[in-house]
Amino acid sequence: MVIAVAILCALALAFGLLLGYAAIRFKVEGNPIADQIDNILPQTQCGQCGYPGCRPYAEAIANGEAEINQCPPGGEAGIQALAALLDREVIPLNAENGEVKPKAVAVIDESTCIGCTLCIQACPVDAILGAAKQMHTVIADECTGCELCLPPCPVDCITMEPVKQTVMTWKWPKPDHSTQAKSKTHLN
Amino acid sequence: MNFFRRRKSLNTQIAHDTAWSFHGGLVLPDHKALSKQHPLKKAALPPQLVIPLQQQAGGVNTPLVEVGDTVLKGQKIADSKNPVGAPIHAPSSGKIVAIDERTIPHPSGLPAACITLATDGKDTWADRAPIGNRYSELPAETLRQAIREGGIVGLGGAAFPTATKLTPTHPIDTLIINAIECEPYITCDDILTQHFANEIIRGIDILLRLLGAPHCIIGIEDNKPDAITSLQHALKAKPDDRIKLTVVPTRYPSGSEKQLIKLLTGREVPSGGLPANVGVVCQNIGTVYAIHQLVMQGNPLISRLVTITGEGVRNPANLEVLIGTPIHQLIEACGGYQENTGQLIMGGPMMGFTLEHDQLPIVKASNCILVTPKTPEIKQEIPCIRCGACEAVCPAQLQPQQLLWYSRSGEHEKAKKHNLFDCIECGCCDYVCPSHIPLVQHYRYTKSEIKTREQEMAAAEIAKQRFESKTKREEALAQEKEDRLAKKRQQLEKKTKEQHTDGGTKQDAIQAALARVKKKKDAQDAPKVTEPASEPATNPTDDTPTPQTAAERAAAAAKRRAEKKAQQSPATNPTDDAPAPKTAAERAAAAAKRRAEKKAQQSASTNPTDDALAPKTAAERAAAAAKRRAEKRQSSAHRGPS
Repeated sequence: MVIAVAILCALALAFGLLLGYAAIRFKVEGNPIADQIDNILPQTQCGQCGYPGCRPYAEAIANGEAEINQCPPGGEAGIQALAALLDREVIPLNAENGEVKPKAVAVIDESTCIGCTLCIQACPVDAILGAAKQMHTVIADECTGCELCLPPCPVDCITMEPVKQTVMTWKWPKPDHSTQAKSKTHLN
Repeated sequence: MNFFRRRKSLNTQIAHDTAWSFHGGLVLPDHKALSKQHPLKKAALPPQLVIPLQQQAGGVNTPLVEVGDTVLKGQKIADSKNPVGAPIHAPSSGKIVAIDERTIPHPSGLPAACITLATDGKDTWADRAPIGNRYSELPAETLRQAIREGGIVGLGGAAFPTATKLTPTHPIDTLIINAIECEPYITCDDILTQHFANEIIRGIDILLRLLGAPHCIIGIEDNKPDAITSLQHALKAKPDDRIKLTVVPTRYPSGSEKQLIKLLTGREVPSGGLPANVGVVCQNIGTVYAIHQLVMQGNPLISRLVTITGEGVRNPANLEVLIGTPIHQLIEACGGYQENTGQLIMGGPMMGFTLEHDQLPIVKASNCILVTPKTPEIKQEIPCIRCGACEAVCPAQLQPQQLLWYSRSGEHEKAKKHNLFDCIECGCCDYVCPSHIPLVQHYRYTKSEIKTREQEMAAAEIAKQRFESKTKREEALAQEKEDRLAKKRQQLEKKTKEQHTDGGTKQDAIQAALARVKKKKDAQDAPKVTEPASEPATNPTDDTPTPQTAAERAAAAAKRRAEKKAQQSPATNPTDDAPAPKTAAERAAAAAKRRAEKKAQQSASTNPTDDALAPKTAAERAAAAAKRRAEKRQSSAHRGPS
C-alpha cells in the first residue's frame, strides 16, 4: 500500500518535472494563434477594425479583446475563415467598422496635387511615390485600397477607383442550375 | 448502363498498333463527316479585321502601329518584351482605323484591347525573308528566334508560344506530332493533313533539327483514313526513318498532351510537370505546317484553318481564315444559320466555350466554330449518387465525385490535395454523369477561386512586408529624433549649468550696479536734506535701524523706497509699473477700455468673419472715446460704440 502510493507519488513528481522542463525548453516563440489570424486578415492596414493595423487586430482577437467581425476588407469570407480557425460562430460584419466595398485603388489627380507629402505619410504600405512640392502618384499594384490617404489630402485630389475586371482577372462563375445548359447535351 | 456498354466496345477497340493506353476516356459520336463533305476554301477578305492584342499565354502585346498607319500584309503590328510571347502581324494590307477595347472571344465575354485594320483589298505582302533550305545549317537559337518573331503559337487550342515550347529544359529524345483531333465535329487538322502532308513532313524535319531529337511519332486517330494515306504517301516520297506514323484508336481525349504521350510512348508526365520532364515535346500538326510556311515562305502566322460546323449551319466546311475575320462572315460563307440554332461555340463541343454573339473575331486559338441545333430540353441537375462513372472515365485518374464534393463545400486545400490542378477539363465526367451535374464548371470555378485566393495571399504578404518595413523605418526615425532631442536637452542642461555659475557673477554685477545706483541716489538726496548721508549710503550692509535725525530718517525712507523699487522692478514689467489710477477720469477710461475690450471679444467670437484687427481698433476707439467723455466729466461711460 505504502509502496504503491510512494511509487505513484514518485511517478507524478517525475512527470511533473518532465512537463515543467518541457514547458520551458519547448516554449513557442510569439503567439502562433495571432500569426494564423494575421495570415487570414487581408493586410490592407486600413485600421477600420479600430486597431492600428492587421497585426494588432490579430493579437486583439487572439487575446479575446476583439470580435472576428470587425474587418470590412476581409468581408464575409474573412469572417468565415476566422470562425473556422477559432471555432466560433459566423457572425455578420459589424456595421460600425464599415461596409464591404469592391476592391479599389487610390488615384491621385496629378494636376491638382500640390506635393504636400501628407498622403505619403499616411499610406501604410508606402504605395505613394513623390517628394515635397513634387507631384505624387500611387503605385496601383501596391495600393491596398485602405483609403487612409483620403482624409489628410488638403486639396481632395485623391479618389478611390474600383479595380476593373479584365480578361486576365476574370474568374469562372460559380455554377448553379441555370448553367446546366451544356453543349454536350446534343452530342448523344 | 449505357456507359458500361460504351466502355466494353472501347476495350475491344484498343488496337493492334499501340502497346499503351491511358485511363478512362470515351468513344464519342464524332460528327466529323458534316464538315468533311465540302472542299477546303479560302474565306473572303473581310472589309475589317479586328485583331486582339492578347492571343496567347504570356504578356499582353503592345501595339507597334498607330491609328492612321498604313500596314502591309505580314507586317509586325504588336509585340511584347516578355520572352514568353508571340508578336502579332497584319493579316492583310490596309489602314489601322482603331486601337481600342472590343469584345474578344473569351468565356468571360469581356472587352480587351484590339487593333482594327481596314483592308484595302490589295493584300500586298510586306518584304519577306524566308530562311528556305538553309534551315539545316542555322543554329537552333536562330530558328527559335525566327519562330518567335513569326508569331507562331500552338494551334491546337491552347495557343502557347511555340518558341518557348521548343526551348526545353531537359534533353528531348522524342518529338510527338499531334494529329489526333479527338474532339467531335472538328476536322481542320484532318483537312490540313490531307492537303499539306509534304509540307508537314518538311516541317517535322525543321523541328527535329531544332530540337536535336532522334525520333518523331505522328499520332493520328483511325477515323481519318484520308489523312493517314496522305501522310503515308508523303513519307514514301521522302523517306525519313526518324519519323514514325502511329494510328491510334479513336478515343476521346487521346489528343490531350499527357494522354497522348502515355498512349504513344508509355511515359507518364508527372503531376505538375511538363512533357520535357519525360524527354518529349508535343506539337500540333497545324503548328508544324505554320512553322513550315514561316521557314520556307517567310509567312508569319496570319491565317489558320477553321472548321465551321454543327447542325445549325447550312453548309459546314473548313475555311482558311485570316486572323481577325469576324465569325458572322464565316457563317455566311457557309450558307448561314439553319432555322433552329442553339448555341454558338468556339472550340469543340467538349472543351469549347459559348459565345454571346457572332460579331467576334477569329483568333490564333480558334480551331472550330460550332453551331449547335436547338436542344428541346435541358436535363435538370440532380444530386450526386456517387456511382463512380466519372471516376472510371477520368483520363487524369482523378476522383471527380470527391473533387465535386470539395468544390461545392469550398474546401480548397483538400481539392488541391486531390490534384484538382491535374484536371484537363476534358468534360468526360460531365458527359457520363447520370445526374447531369456540370462537374467541369465546378472545377473551373474552384480552380479560378484557388488561383485568385493565392494571388490575394501573395499580395497580402507583400502588403504586410511593406507595412512592416514602413513601421520599422518610422520607429527608427522616431528613435533617431528622440536621440537627437535627448542630446540637445543634455547640451542645454550643461549650458544652463554653466550659465548658472556665470549667473552668480552676473547677480553680483547687478548687486554692485544697484549699490552704485543707491550710492549715487543717496549722494544726490543727501545734499538736499542734510549733509551726513554719505556714511550709511556707503555702507548699505551697515543699515542702522534706529534713525536719530530727521535727515537720517528721510535717508532711510528713501533707501527703503529704492530697495522696494529695485525688488519690484525685476518682478514686474517696468512699463506696466504704472501706479494705480489716481484721477476719476483715468479710472473711468480704464474701466471703459476693459468693457470695450470685453465687448469686442464677444463680438469677435460671434462674428468670426470679422477681421482680427477690427476688434482691437474698435476697443481702442472705444477707450479713446470713453476717456474723452470722462474728461468732460460725464459720469458714466458704459455705452460702448456699436
